Order: sequence, then structure tokens, then C-alpha cells
Amino acid sequence: MNLPLVNLTHLDDLWFQVGGTLCNLTCHHCFISCSPHNRSFGFLDLETVRRYLDESVELGVKEYYFTGGEPFLNRDMPAILDLTLKYGPATVLTNGTVLKPEWLTRLRDAERESRYSLEFRVSIDGYTAEVNDAVRGAGTFERILRGIELLVAFGFLPIITVTRVDDDADDAKLYAAFVRLLKEHGYARPRIKILPSLRIGAEATRRRGYSDGERVTGQMLDGYDQNLLVCSHARMITDRGVYVCPILIESPEAKLGATLVESLREFAIDKPACYTCWQYGAICSNVAVEAQG
Amino acid sequence: MTRIALFGGIYNNYLALEAALADARRRGVDAVHCLGDMGAFGPHPDRVFPLLRDHGVLCIQGNYDNSVGNGLGDCQCGYTDPRDNYFARISYSYTFKNTSAVNRDWLRDLPAQRRLLLGRYRVLLCHGSPRRTNEFLWESATSSAFLNYLCDTHQIDVICTTHTGIKWHRPLDNDRHFINVGVLGRPENDGTTNVWYAILSAEPNLTVEFVPVHYDFQRLAAEMREEKLPEEFVETIETGWWTTCLEILPGKERRRGRM
Repeated sequence: MNLPLVNLTHLDDLWFQVGGTLCNLTCHHCFISCSPHNRSFGFLDLETVRRYLDESVELGVKEYYFTGGEPFLNRDMPAILDLTLKYGPATVLTNGTVLKPEWLTRLRDAERESRYSLEFRVSIDGYTAEVNDAVRGAGTFERILRGIELLVAFGFLPIITVTRVDDDADDAKLYAAFVRLLKEHGYARPRIKILPSLRIGAEATRRRGYSDGERVTGQMLDGYDQNLLVCSHARMITDRGVYVCPILIESPEAKLGATLVESLREFAIDKPACYTCWQYGAICSNVAVEAQG
Repeated sequence: MTRIALFGGIYNNYLALEAALADARRRGVDAVHCLGDMGAFGPHPDRVFPLLRDHGVLCIQGNYDNSVGNGLGDCQCGYTDPRDNYFARISYSYTFKNTSAVNRDWLRDLPAQRRLLLGRYRVLLCHGSPRRTNEFLWESATSSAFLNYLCDTHQIDVICTTHTGIKWHRPLDNDRHFINVGVLGRPENDGTTNVWYAILSAEPNLTVEFVPVHYDFQRLAAEMREEKLPEEFVETIETGWWTTCLEILPGKERRRGRM
């Protein structure tokens, strides 16, 4: 059978599963089912991150991303971001509910001293408490908004990340509603990224998983621009080794090695969630892939 | 050859182009290079081409030139923000409609890159990056490790680009350099009305001088209004602040602006 193989053209983006699978929230659409009790992946400490950052310089990595779980449950997180900004641009994906002013003071200063940007991506999944809280948990809508207000007060321009939680969600309407909401909360020039949901993990139970027909085949990559796929230019560091991408860490075949160098090989994107990446492209990056070029 | 002038992103701003060419001639350079994106944003696209030809400007193709030259449906900037997309469409359809067939053919046939020797430096001229015409390499979102990798891969000492609209220069390992030469088409989101080009000298060490270009922006603004181009574009020309196509800016660059 013709496998849908994707080569790593260059390691542009290095991801760190810095928060493991531990999260203070239990979102019903989480593709790796993170929760306060899920310890299947652990935190990465500062020294581990430093080792990989050093290795990444030789490989010409362009930028660094941090996710979890909730990264800020890891007490090393401010120090990790501070260190990373000496190597390159850093983006951290957070639910925005546990941020502390003293951390943001440190990070604001670290970014000022760095030539690189520090980006915060804050997840919120509805422009009303009713929609968001049904997915992310009771009371989270207000807590997330407080987090966004705090980031804005510290001069950051967080990228607000919204998952389409309804099949019939209208992006233009969603976008306009979020602009209104964020402006009401003091975020005068909001940056918004709308994402498809990944129907694995908790999301497979909340709505539905992938059907047998929803798989990428070799033929589907004929004439397809593989730059659209995160696995063509990224890898994910976890405490259990290096994985192909941020999405597939619960798929054993997605573990490509113990070191970055071992992970620089091709991967067959025949896992169910690969279908969504193939459909939408670059869902993990800060801007649309077409805009990255 | 030891001294060259470089610019990109003319965006139909033939008045700034005229001023930049006169300035470069006055300063004395061995050659003038344009790194692409002749069209977009401003009025009267066809007024740019005679200037480029008459002054012997050596041009490469930007993403806009590729789109206009090949009759593609859009500018290949790939915005997702609906507002950015709305303005990008207006800009592209105006430019496409007002670029003659002869000039479109000329754009289509431009080379994507050019290599040259400046003193002892091997220089690569490209539009966005050496690997993709429409790749945005922002100062705050591009590690030095990555730029060193590009120099290694392409066996080059100096990489010159434009595309993002904001100039920057970073010295790299082993006396290598990355330079975004800036654009002539619109101010760089800093509240001033001038635009920028660059002069590179290798006499014998490499120096990079960014040169501000002052031109008759009020005349350009008046012509944009006559052509019924969006008032948001005119505002950028008159104030120096970007009003559209902001979503692609990383945090640091975005914070420097007003919108």
C-alpha cells in the first residue's frame, strides 16, 4: 500500500511538552485528555529544556513552542521561557487561568531584553460563558478573561485561540463576536486564531471520533503542499522521548527517538488525527501557514 | 563591485521609487537592485515599470509579481483575518486591472533569486527567504541559528530580503549577515511618512546603511483618493501607521505600531 509519508524538510519549530498531561482544567474536547490527575506525561525541567535548546542550535531551529497540559503548573516555566528567549522566539500555550503577576513581570522584562518575541496563546472556546464553560468547565470563561486582561495589562498581545466546538460554527461570526468581547475587556487590538477540533482523546467522546474513511492515503499527498503539515517542519520533546508532532503523543508509533537527531526522519501520516491536519494545515502554528509562506 | 543599493516592495509607489533612484545615484552605487513586489496598495501600477527599466534596476520576482504575472486569483499573502483579506482583495484586483499585458509578462519572467559577489562577500538576493518567495522572516520571530542554517545551506555570506515591509539587519557567525532591505511602498509602521532602502558596501568589510526616503507623500495620497483606493491605505501613507495586514506581525513588531 502507498503510505502517506512526510519528510521533515527542516526542523523549524521545536515543541516542548513542558506541562506533561497535567492540567488544572478538564476540557471535554482535549485531544490528549489532560486533567489534574493525568500524569502519563510529566513536566520537563529547566536543565532538560536547556539540553535540547543547545542541541537545537546546531540544527538551525527557528522558533520554540511550549505546551502541556497547562505549562504554568510547571514551576520552572518562567525560567524556561526566560532561557529560551536567549535562543530564539518563544510561544507558550496556556489556558490563562493560573498566571501570576510576578511571573509576567519577569517575562515582560525577559522579552524586553531579548531580540525575540514572547507570544502567549490563550485558549477560550466560546464568546459566552454558556458555550465556553460547557467545554472548559464551570467558571472558566470569567477566569480566562481575567488572564487575558492581565496579559494585556503587562503589555502582551496574546493570541486568542478558539476551537470550533460546533460543527456548524461560522468562522466570520465567531471572529466578529470575539473581537467585540475582547475589546469590551480592554484588549484593543485582539489577535484571534480559530482552530478545528481534533477528534481524539476526550473530544472523541464529546462529539465523535474519526470514521474509517477519514484517513490520509499516499494518493492524497500527490500534488499536496507538505509544508502545510506540522510534521514536515516540527518535532515535539516530551519526558518520554521525541515525538513527531504536538498532537500524536499518545500514539506509540509517533515516538521517533530519544534525541532530536534520531527524530529527523519521515513519518506516515495515517493516524486518524492526521486527517484534520491534512484538511486544515498548520493548525499548531501562530499564523496561518499560507501567511508563513 | 563594492557598493550597491537595494530596495523592494514598491507597491505602486512610483513617487518614492523616483526619489530613491535619485538619492542612490547621488550617493554613487555600482548597481541598483529591486527585490520584488512592484504592485499593491498604491495608484497607477504602470508608472513603476518605465522607471525600473530606464534606470537599469535589476529586479527579482516577489509573490505579488508572481501572482500578477501569472494571472493568479490573489496575492499569495494568505491572510486569515477577514478584514485583512478584504483589503488584500481590493489591492490585488486594482493592481491586476491596471497593469498592462506587457508589464504582466515582464513580471512573469523575472528571476526568483540572484547571486552576486560584493567585494569578498557572496550575496543572495531573494524576496521572502532563500527557500520560499512568500516566507515572512521577522526580526523578532527568526532565530540566529536558523539564519546561520540558511547561510550554510545556500553557501552564502549575505542574504538580502524584503517582503515583510520592515527593515532589519543581523550580523551572524563568521562575518555573515542577514538583511531585510525594507520597502519603498509604504512607511514601516513607525509613525513617520518616509520609506526606506539600503546601501551595502564591502570596502572591504561589509557595512549596511538604511537610507530614509522622503518623497511627496501628499501627492501620492491625493492620487490614491482619485483612484478611489481605500481610505485605510491612504491613512497609512499620511500617518506612517499600518492599518491593514497586521495579523502576520509577531508581538514585538505589532506592539511598535498603533493599530
